[in-house]
Amino acid sequence: MTYQAKLRVWRGDAEGGGLRDYTVEVNEGEVVLDIIHRLQATQAGDLAVRWNCKAGKCGSCSAEINGRPRLLCLTRMGDFDENEVVTITPMRTFPVIRDLVTDVSYNYEKAASIPGFVPREKGPDGVHRMQQVDVERSQEFRKCIECFLCQDVCHVVRDHEDNKKVYAGPRFLMRIAELDMHPLDNLDRRKVAQENFGLGMCNITKCCSEVCPEGIHITDNALIPLKERVVDRKYDPLTWLGAKIGRRPHP
Amino acid sequence: MAAELPGLAIEKHFYDVVVVGAGGAGLRAAIEAHEQGARTAIVCKSLLGKAHTVMAEGGIAASMGNVYPEDNWQVHFRDTMRGGKMLNHWRMAQLHAQEAPDRVRELEDWGALFDRTPAGLISQRDFGGHRFARLAHVGDRTGLELIRTLQQRAVQLGIDVFMECTVTKLLTDDEHGMVGAFGYRRESGEFIVWQSPAVILATGGIGKSYKVTSNSWEYSGDGHSLALKAGATLVNMEFVQFHPTGMVWPLSVKGLLITESVRGEGGVLKNSEGKRFMFDYIPEYFKAETADNEAEADRWYDDHSNNRRPPELLPRDEVARAINSEVKAGRGSPHGGVFLDIASRRTAEDIKRRLPSMYHQFKELAEVDITKEPMEVGPTCHYVMGGVEVEPDTAAAKIRGLYAAGEVAGGMHGSNRLGGNSLSDLLVFGRRAGASAASHAAEQKATTPRVTDEALAAARTAALAPLERQGGENPYTIHAELQESMNALVGIIRTESELQQALDKIASLKQRIQNLSVEGKRRYNPGWHLALDLPNMLTVSECIAKAALERHESRGGHTRDDHPTPSPEWGALNLICSEADGSVSLTRQPLPQMPDDLATLFKETPA
Amino acid sequence: MTTTAPAPTGTGAPGRARIAARHLRTDTWWVQPAITVAVLVSFIIYSTIRAFEDAHYFVEPYISPFYSPCITKSCQGDTFPELFSGPAFLTPAIYILILPLGFRLTCYYYRKAYYRSFWLSPPACAVAEPHTTYTGETRFPLIFQNIHRYFFIAGLALNVVLTYDAILGFRDEHGEWGHMGLGTLILLGNAALLWLYSLSCHSCRHIVGGKINSFSKHPVRYQFWQVVSKLNGSHMKYAWVSLFGVALTDFYIRLLATNAFSDPRFF
Repeated sequence: MTYQAKLRVWRGDAEGGGLRDYTVEVNEGEVVLDIIHRLQATQAGDLAVRWNCKAGKCGSCSAEINGRPRLLCLTRMGDFDENEVVTITPMRTFPVIRDLVTDVSYNYEKAASIPGFVPREKGPDGVHRMQQVDVERSQEFRKCIECFLCQDVCHVVRDHEDNKKVYAGPRFLMRIAELDMHPLDNLDRRKVAQENFGLGMCNITKCCSEVCPEGIHITDNALIPLKERVVDRKYDPLTWLGAKIGRRPHP
Repeated sequence: MAAELPGLAIEKHFYDVVVVGAGGAGLRAAIEAHEQGARTAIVCKSLLGKAHTVMAEGGIAASMGNVYPEDNWQVHFRDTMRGGKMLNHWRMAQLHAQEAPDRVRELEDWGALFDRTPAGLISQRDFGGHRFARLAHVGDRTGLELIRTLQQRAVQLGIDVFMECTVTKLLTDDEHGMVGAFGYRRESGEFIVWQSPAVILATGGIGKSYKVTSNSWEYSGDGHSLALKAGATLVNMEFVQFHPTGMVWPLSVKGLLITESVRGEGGVLKNSEGKRFMFDYIPEYFKAETADNEAEADRWYDDHSNNRRPPELLPRDEVARAINSEVKAGRGSPHGGVFLDIASRRTAEDIKRRLPSMYHQFKELAEVDITKEPMEVGPTCHYVMGGVEVEPDTAAAKIRGLYAAGEVAGGMHGSNRLGGNSLSDLLVFGRRAGASAASHAAEQKATTPRVTDEALAAARTAALAPLERQGGENPYTIHAELQESMNALVGIIRTESELQQALDKIASLKQRIQNLSVEGKRRYNPGWHLALDLPNMLTVSECIAKAALERHESRGGHTRDDHPTPSPEWGALNLICSEADGSVSLTRQPLPQMPDDLATLFKETPA
Repeated sequence: MTTTAPAPTGTGAPGRARIAARHLRTDTWWVQPAITVAVLVSFIIYSTIRAFEDAHYFVEPYISPFYSPCITKSCQGDTFPELFSGPAFLTPAIYILILPLGFRLTCYYYRKAYYRSFWLSPPACAVAEPHTTYTGETRFPLIFQNIHRYFFIAGLALNVVLTYDAILGFRDEHGEWGHMGLGTLILLGNAALLWLYSLSCHSCRHIVGGKINSFSKHPVRYQFWQVVSKLNGSHMKYAWVSLFGVALTDFYIRLLATNAFSDPRFF
């Protein structure tokens, strides 16, 4: 049941660093974060790692394990062969602070730049009435735990630092989709999605959906539908004409 | 020392209100303070949106009456008081019950999307100790919805957030009370000070002092300890809630929470003999409203009016003790828990729809399919009822300019909290704390208080000590020993000798942390962070153990094997902790007297 | 730039953890794009040859989907009105294939497939792409991906024609109704797959109901949206199966037309 696992962990900071080898005990049922904690408690007291709930609910312990963006707390050691070397690095899209901790402020800046929720007036009885079917689509996006693994894996910013200025990334384009589909929201967000947040940069290669620990269908349910809504607004001559004549407002 | 002061290049900020903690209470407080016109800052140990509130699953208790129109604040108030075995501060319980519905509805104006009733209103679900289905919810991720809504609101309002900063000291002076807070940035290890006449503590709980807990590392009792050291008092610290259903296997996730909604949605508890044992543990106090046979219990899910509730939905303290007894009697599950079975009671489709996170959690972490197999569950340290003693209407602590809201505040839940009452608590009292802090700050504006360099230098020296020491104690080792002792000696069932042992242990650990040393430098150094959290954990543990030793009765979240029943004398007393010269002392304080119009609510027998 | 600096593309931007490797994946991430390239290239070669072959696409009562609707005066068979005669080097297939080609080229699924496997942008998740700049679908020509919905509508019209062709397959070689052969089944199957592929399209999902914000106020469109959403979950599968379907249908008709095989008749 118990065995000694071979770990390669990236240690260092913005000035430099490298992969370091460790051998750490592993017990049945443990996840990578347990092993990192054991490493911290026994061999490397100052090993930096960000974590909170250790239950896949807060999205703090994002990193890359064997080159794939994953949560440390949801990756079971049982997924690896006992002789396999498990390589753990910080997320490679964001500036590193130290060891496995990165500076994710890019995400918080994008979050702050998105126009907030603008509710419509309450009904005559003083409450908002919505049916379950009306809220389910946006509810899926609100499952997001903001681990930023989708932001990390998205090649638009991962491979092109410059694009961070013009591209909000899957998490925040999904947030725009969430608000655009919100039954109570009163803003038309289609134009800004394309012009200010870089929806057109997305080439729907779906890595965001692949890495999402919540299993949110980011591409199929948020990004593509948002692209289609943008087409309504910007690229569809018929809808454009309809809107000019004033017949078809945004539903 | 003064000669060194020019070298004290410490980042300084000036605000009207500083909120410590960015969980539900902190965010709600900050939003209110901001809306009242105060320049407000939020300081939090983690990234924004990661606070422990995200772990809350079941829902927000509020008597909106969307599912049962006969529900109202009086019923909610009565449930809350009875759940807390009448030790709650009546005024807090009253405000909470009265204001919770509005606090939930305003979340909708900020973008929250709750599950709906067929009439299009916010849906409400059943929970332990609540007479009516009353918990507004979003599947089983209500806490996430709450925190995201408040977070997005705070961001939309442009409130300043200092992420990954730990406050290590509250700064006070005799003339003004609070003058600010001192802390460090976790990222860089640099020190930082916020100068402000009002500080709101919203730091959550203390669970990290226990080994088996549903709480995250952040729950090191910072707020409790900061308040105590600043001269405020703590109340009801002996009452620690052990959630009856934590995971027990695999060890890696032992203690991780399984929402009470599993039982609310029809799940039942069974022992190794397959018996629904909760029928054997219905206390006299709840007999009148609890079903004594399976048939009636099962009918209740569809018809609350003509049936009594299943015993699985008794308040948490009762269920946790029952599970503990079954395991002790040798009728436990293979890994030392009992079985929580929803698989045989609801369809796989229903389970996945109503309890998606639970399904996911067991699948991912334990390789158990809860639609096919029962879960193994056992009690886990979950919540501290005790906290900073506050004035109910203003959330003000005993020090001028200091406020507390949410789990860090005490009194609201008495000796035991009902599920769902914490999310509503943090909204109601978060808002009240924000409003009173803002108005206090407005009065203070003319006399802007000043933080002295001497105070900063002292705080700085204390914080740096573990880094400068060589070859001392390892903080991880001390933390593990503390958790071990608290779990074994100050757990669900307590005795005088064990509590005494725990206090001895705490005393020796307090000595040992004087000699902590950590490797590495200041930049994002978890060993150092833990070293600075440890004194807080020890202080809080000492409060819990001392108060538990003093209270010679069993009530709610405090069970004494040597004093197994509640006593009327103790039922009229609160224990108050205060600190002087590094040691905790206790005083007995009579319970505030409930006015007659509320007291009559307890004379009627429930339907 | 110093010699130790990592490659300019990928994850080598200043401030990030310095890891020289383009990726640290240990699995066979390159298999998927390799298969995609192999299959798509094979299809392109086959369909190009067939489109220019200008022969063996019609055999009573079947017409190959590559050549239907057959709209020029040089067409074999009489499945569709012959509208005009174009230059000789343009076979009847060319006029038609532009539509399914456009539909598939702008399809949200195929875009993913070829951006990844042909353009390596990215070749696989968390594997650095080779390009130094990237503008996505914001500029010419890729901004034209946004007209997918028009190809979708054209594709629907084409599906009607191919369904009509399949129904014509219920005749014998003399034009008598009430007969059926293996070819009829194949044409029907091909039409069915194309319908599934078209109706599961993301644009279709948007048009039938996705654009609505309050489903409860549009119950019928909500029903449609639910059905299309369900199909949409398998859009990738339909994209591949229908591609094989079209090629195999055409190949079967070629076999018949060259007398390499004779159509088994059921009745």
